[in-house]
Formats: sequence, structure tokens, C-alpha cells
Amino acid sequence: MSNEGVDDGRRRFLTAATSVVGAAGAAAVVWPFLASLKPSAKAQAAGAPVQADISKIEEGQQVTFVWRGSNIWVLRRSKDMIASLSQVTAQLSDPKCEQDQQPAYCKNETRSIKPEFLVMNGKCTHLGCSPSFKPDHPAPEIDANWLGGYFCPCHGSKYDLAGRVFNGMPAPLNMVVPPHRYVSDTVVVIGEDPTDAKKEAA
Amino acid sequence: MKRLTFVAAGLSLALALIPTLSRAEEGPEPLSFREDVGNLPSVQRGARDFMAYCSGCHAMKYLRYNRMGTDLGIPDDLLKANLMLGTDKVGDPIPSSMPAKQAESWFGRVPPDLTLETKARGSAWVFSYLQSFYLDDKRPLGVNNPYLPGVSMPAVLGELQGWQKLAAPEKGEAEGAPKFELVQAGSMTPEEYKAFVTDLTNFMAYASEPGKSERIALGGKVMLYLLVLLVLTYFLKKEFWRDIH
Amino acid sequence: MAIVPNPYKTTGFLGWIDDRFPLTKMWKDHLSEYYAPKNFNFWYFFGSLALLVLVNQLLTGIFLTMNYKPSATDAFDSVQYIMRDVPWGSVIRYMHATGASAFFIVVYAHMFRGILYGSHRKPRELIWIFGSLIFLVLMAEAFCGYVLPWGQMSYWGAQVIISLFGTIPYIGKGLVEWIQGDYVPADATLNRLFSLHVIALPFVLVGLVVAHLLALHEVGSNNPDGVEIKKHKDPVTHIPLDGIAFHPYYTVKDLVGVAGFLIIFCAVIFFAPEGGGMVLEQPNFQMANPQVTPPEITPAWYFGVFYAMLRATPSLFHSALPGVIVMGGAVIILFFMPWLDRSPVKSWRYKGPVFKTLLMLFAVDFVIMNYLGMQPVSPTHTLIARFGTIFYFGFFLLMPFYSQWEKTKPVPERVTE
Repeated sequence: MSNEGVDDGRRRFLTAATSVVGAAGAAAVVWPFLASLKPSAKAQAAGAPVQADISKIEEGQQVTFVWRGSNIWVLRRSKDMIASLSQVTAQLSDPKCEQDQQPAYCKNETRSIKPEFLVMNGKCTHLGCSPSFKPDHPAPEIDANWLGGYFCPCHGSKYDLAGRVFNGMPAPLNMVVPPHRYVSDTVVVIGEDPTDAKKEAA
Repeated sequence: MKRLTFVAAGLSLALALIPTLSRAEEGPEPLSFREDVGNLPSVQRGARDFMAYCSGCHAMKYLRYNRMGTDLGIPDDLLKANLMLGTDKVGDPIPSSMPAKQAESWFGRVPPDLTLETKARGSAWVFSYLQSFYLDDKRPLGVNNPYLPGVSMPAVLGELQGWQKLAAPEKGEAEGAPKFELVQAGSMTPEEYKAFVTDLTNFMAYASEPGKSERIALGGKVMLYLLVLLVLTYFLKKEFWRDIH
Repeated sequence: MAIVPNPYKTTGFLGWIDDRFPLTKMWKDHLSEYYAPKNFNFWYFFGSLALLVLVNQLLTGIFLTMNYKPSATDAFDSVQYIMRDVPWGSVIRYMHATGASAFFIVVYAHMFRGILYGSHRKPRELIWIFGSLIFLVLMAEAFCGYVLPWGQMSYWGAQVIISLFGTIPYIGKGLVEWIQGDYVPADATLNRLFSLHVIALPFVLVGLVVAHLLALHEVGSNNPDGVEIKKHKDPVTHIPLDGIAFHPYYTVKDLVGVAGFLIIFCAVIFFAPEGGGMVLEQPNFQMANPQVTPPEITPAWYFGVFYAMLRATPSLFHSALPGVIVMGGAVIILFFMPWLDRSPVKSWRYKGPVFKTLLMLFAVDFVIMNYLGMQPVSPTHTLIARFGTIFYFGFFLLMPFYSQWEKTKPVPERVTE
């Protein structure tokens, strides 16, 4: 055994090259294992977009649909309800919907495509409870100036009728508006963006 | 190194021999058939024909419509309009439209799910079976099949193929594929019918393993990578082992 | 109490660890200062490859368990769920199924290497015994895994193998029901085999592998010449003159073996994952049906030898017990190898022509018997299998005589190149 005539440069190069190629291979093996943890085709099929028929919702009434295991509320707002949204602006934490809690096409005061219909994921942004729908006012037991909205029974977070959270609440953000699009005046697809319709037509 | 090549050659030979060891299903030797799941138009036609002629009774409960759509290049709206049954959603697997209980009382057994049929019996068997229904008065449905004697499935494709009877084997002839004589012609010529069954079998072969083409494509890349790794490790070993001797 | 500084004079983070845990010690003892004979040949790849396949089985097994459902109603569907719906699920399952076959190929080659060069001989008897135990547990592990997909072959394979216990006089019937937890292989059977397959047996297997390696590193590796390299050490360094550090020399060499092995392994996974019906059997694409037995039941290919012996042994006094004893004996006899081989030399290189011929014939016999075990029964096959069985046992049982009597060649003092 001797160390004479050892070409250190060559040895270093081969060691480095094998290490790099080997590490790349190892990473490529790790990937399928990690990727296998993503939702399966079955979970994706169960989480497919849902068609919601909104034709039978009365004014001021809220109906719940289920999409990807979450309760999706569709609220048909009356004129008064829509009007209330601009009256509470000063008390809200994020009245202009700066935080990314809704698709771009719902970044407006009513947080909706059509002001009349609010489509929203009914889950408090604090710790995930489902807030209660409290449209009636006055309601001094909730708030002296209550104009209708949502009240979370778990920790008392309050939201207006567009799901925007009031100032000083445990909940940090407005409730989430899921992607949705109108197929017709009476049918809304929850889980697809309006742009998906164009793609399908193309 | 010489020995290594020798061993590698031996192993690849052993691998090549493996398929010959696989056993065929009981019944006569099936006709020769080479499945071709890469023939997209054939698989597409097979899908259409399966939905039209087979899915009334047979489900494919492990194949989802949208998987089939993606793999066969069929957009969702075409899928819905032409291939899907009634109220199914694109993410659903392909059901049988027959209630299981009634099926059992009609045929004596529930028609089997066909997703894995070509893997369970071999695609050559399916190809042969679908061409080998013949008239047999002794059977309650009036037909029999040498590949599944006492078959409980009616000859649904009889209208296309026509009706045939079993020809007596000629003297001195070795036992091979059974022969038939056409008694009454169907709406298809024998060649058309054979192409029809080919499409159907190709589709069923596709359904038994939708990821096959992807698997083979990935395998090519993996082989390339491993060859690079083999060369590198070989020279690395050689370099280090210069210390020794 | 102050910490005793470690003798390796490591400092910094590594020093902190070494003062508390033998990290550098383990690295040196088992890799960088484990001196292995410099004349390892092709046959010595299979040890490290067995370790690689074990890791493959554990890793893929963990991920399969995340999606598999051990119940008679759901198992078959959950396997198809893995194959189709889980991203990359089919590749992971093919890796696991092919890995099972690869495990046996590698382990058979590894065991043959041991017999070839006398690696079971004193002072390595315990290494051999641990190895034989690994083989035994591996067979149990493979059988349990074979049942899990709950296809036709799984079900009827379970039926046949569990029935073997029924041949034991007096307690047989009760034993079978106790093993199955039912009157036939059923949901309870599947569930308990699953538990054994994913928890109990892997634990034992890994433990035995550690014991196998510790015993090996205690006495040092044998080599194709069957000489002890520790006899001739450098007077100053005390390193065996014919020894080279396992790391880097054998790590880089084994990497070549790994790359070569992976080419064959991945070729099967990607281009022939069913192995022509040897890795995934045709009848196993049909869900288990207790009413219909498939036309031919054969075990997994790697049990071919033992299955051929089972079928070749005639029953005695209306009992199938002799077949079971013969089959079990074929495995148990391996444990006695260290004491059956009484040759004055270890390696076959220096043994006489009788031993050499018999060993080669044994290898041929093994391959033929394995082939017969996978074929349908026929009178010719049974006859050949009977001769094969007799030869198998004769090879071992007569070894004390022919190995002792035969004249051997002189063994060199040092390893040859």
C-alpha cells in the first residue's frame, strides 16, 4: 500500500462528481415519496368543484354548500344589508380587503362578483370555528351598533355581512372567499375561477 | 471486468426468459395478440365501444373518467357528452349501469369488474374470448365459449360479429385455437369485427394500467442516470484502488 | 462528575458529541478503521446489496402502509388505490414488490458466497447463524407480505401455507384456527399478518442484521482464500498486512456494485414490473374469492425449492407431515453448516475435486428444484424433485464425511491476488 503517484486533483474531481450526481439521484428518489403525500386522485375527485343552485334562496337567507369538506355559505343580501357594508367601514380591521383572503375579482366592498350574493367559506380566521349568522339588528347582546353580520361563538370574533372582521377581535383576518363563478344567473360553481370557463370553451 | 460483463449478460438473458415462464389461463391456447396501448386512436375507439357495448353490465371501478380523459386526450365536455353515463361526475370511476341484485338473478352471477381483466387473464385471452362465442343449444342462453366453458354472459356482440358454430377439429390436427363456421353474418365483416375487438382489448389493456406509458418513459431517464452513475463510480473506485497492490 | 475527554482528540461540535456518544469511535470501528481483506471479489457485493434492499423495503413499506387498508373488504381496493390514485403510488409499490424478489436473489447469492469460501467456519459460526435466522425471518416476512394484497394468489397461498401447520399431529387443527383467528383465512388473518409484516418481523429483521454485522466486525471478514488476515499484522501499526480500510476502499467499490445492481433492479421496476408473473402473479389481479380456487397455486418463486420438496415428499400414515418436516428441515439444516463442514481448509479454492463438484451440483440442484417448485405437478417433475430433495439433504448430511476425508491443497499464508 503506497501513496506514491496519487493524482489528488483527479481523485478530488471524481469524488466531487460522484457526490453531486449521487446527491441529485438521492433527491430524485426522495421526491416521489414526498409527492405521494399530496391529495390523491380520489381526494381530488371528492374535492371537485360543486355546482350550487342559488335560485331558491330568499332575500336575507343563507344556504350552506359543502366543497372540499368545508361549509361554503351563500348569502343573498337585501338592499339594507348591502347598504350596511359601507356604514361599518370605520370599525373594520381590513375594510378594503388588502389581505389576500379573496380572489382578485372579489376584492371590493361587497367581497363578491354580484353584490347580492356573498359566497364565503364559513370558518373563523382565528381558530377555525364556524361563526353564527346574525342578520337581525339591533342586537345589543352582540354589539351596541350591530347592523347584522357574523358572530363567532368560540372567542367572540365579529364580522360584517361581507365577512370582514371588526377591529380588536381575536380573529386577525376577513373570512375567506373561495374561487367561484356564475354559470348562469341561478347556478354558481364553487371551486372554479371565472377564467376557468373561458379555458373550457377554448 | 470480463467477469462482470459475463454476469450482466447472464442476468439480462434470465430477464429475457422470464415472460416465457408465465402461465396461460385454463382453456385452449389463446390467439396470438399483441396489445398496443400506445395506439391512441385504437384505445379511443375501444373506450367508445366499451361504453356503448360493455358498460351496461360491466363496471371499471378503478378507472376514473377524468383519468381516461387526460390519458386519451378527450376533453371534459366531450367526455360528458359521449362517454359518461347519466349523472356521473368526471372524477367518478366507471360504474356498471346494472343493479347487482338483478344481474345476479338474470345471469346467475354479477358481471365482473373489467378494470384488471387483461392483467388477470392476459390480453390475448380477452381478444380470443370476444371472438369465440358459438351457438350451443345445451346452454340456457344458447351460446357457449371455449375460453370460458359454461359462460354466463350472453353473446352481446353477436349482432356485430354474426353467429357461428363450432367446427369439428379435422383429423390429425393438433389441439390449437378452436375453429368456427359463420352461420349467419353480422353487421360487420370478419375483418371489421377483428379490428373492433382489437380496439376493445387495447382499451382494456390501457385501463388495467393507465400509467404504463409514463412508467416506461420514466424508466428510460432512470437508466440514463444510472449509466452515468455506474461510469462515475467505476472510475472513482479505480482511482482509489490505485493505492492498493 | 467531569466528562472523560474522548481519546480521539476531536474538538468543537464533534468533540462535544464524542465526549458523550461514541460517534467517531463507531465511524472508525466499522468503517474507516475496519480492515477488510483486500482480495474481495464479485461475490462480496451481495452483503452491501442486501442492506440496500432492506432499506428499500423499509422505506417503500412505510409509504405503502400510509395508504393500504388491512381488511378483507378493503385491502384489494386499497392496493388499486395505491396503484392509480396515489401520486407515484405505482412506482413505490413496484419498488416494494420487486424489492422482495431482489432480496431473495441477493440473499441466496450472499449465502452461496459463504459456503463457497467457508465464511461459516470457526470463528464465524455466529455470523452464519444470525444470517440463517435472517433468512428464516425473511421468509416469514415475505409470506406475510404476499398475503396482504388479498388477491386470489394471496388468499390461496395463505390457505396452503397455514394448512401446513395442520399436519402436526393432535394439535394441528386447533393450531390452524389459532393462527387464522377464524375457520378459514379471513379478515382476522389478514389483519394479524399485516401487523407481523409491518411491525414485529421488521423489528426482528433489523435487530438480527445489526447482530450479524457486529459479529462480523468482531472477528473480521473472511475472504476468497479463507485465510485469517489478522495473523500477519504490521508490527508498528498493528494493521493486518492484507487488510485495507473498509472506507474508502470498499465503500467506493460497493458503490459500483450498487450502481450495477440498480440498473437491473430499475429495469425490472420500469420495464417489467410484473416480472412476467413472477413478481406480481396473474391471479392476484383478481380479488380473493374463497369459493373459487385458481387453476394452479404456486408460491412466490423464491420459495420454489422448498415448495418442490413439500410436493415431492409422499405422505405417510395418512399424514402430510413428512413433507412439512422435509421442507422445514431444508431450512433448519442450514444452521448446522458450521459443524457439517469438517474440511481442514475454508475456501473451496483449496478443497478437493469431490467437494468442488458436489458444491457445483448443489447449485444446479437448487436452481432445478426452484424451477420445479414453480411448475405444475406432473409425475416426471415429482420424480426429478425427489432426486433433487435427496441430493439436497445428502449434500449437507454427508458433508462431515466427504469434507473430512478428501485431500486438500495447501493454503497460502497470505491472501493471493
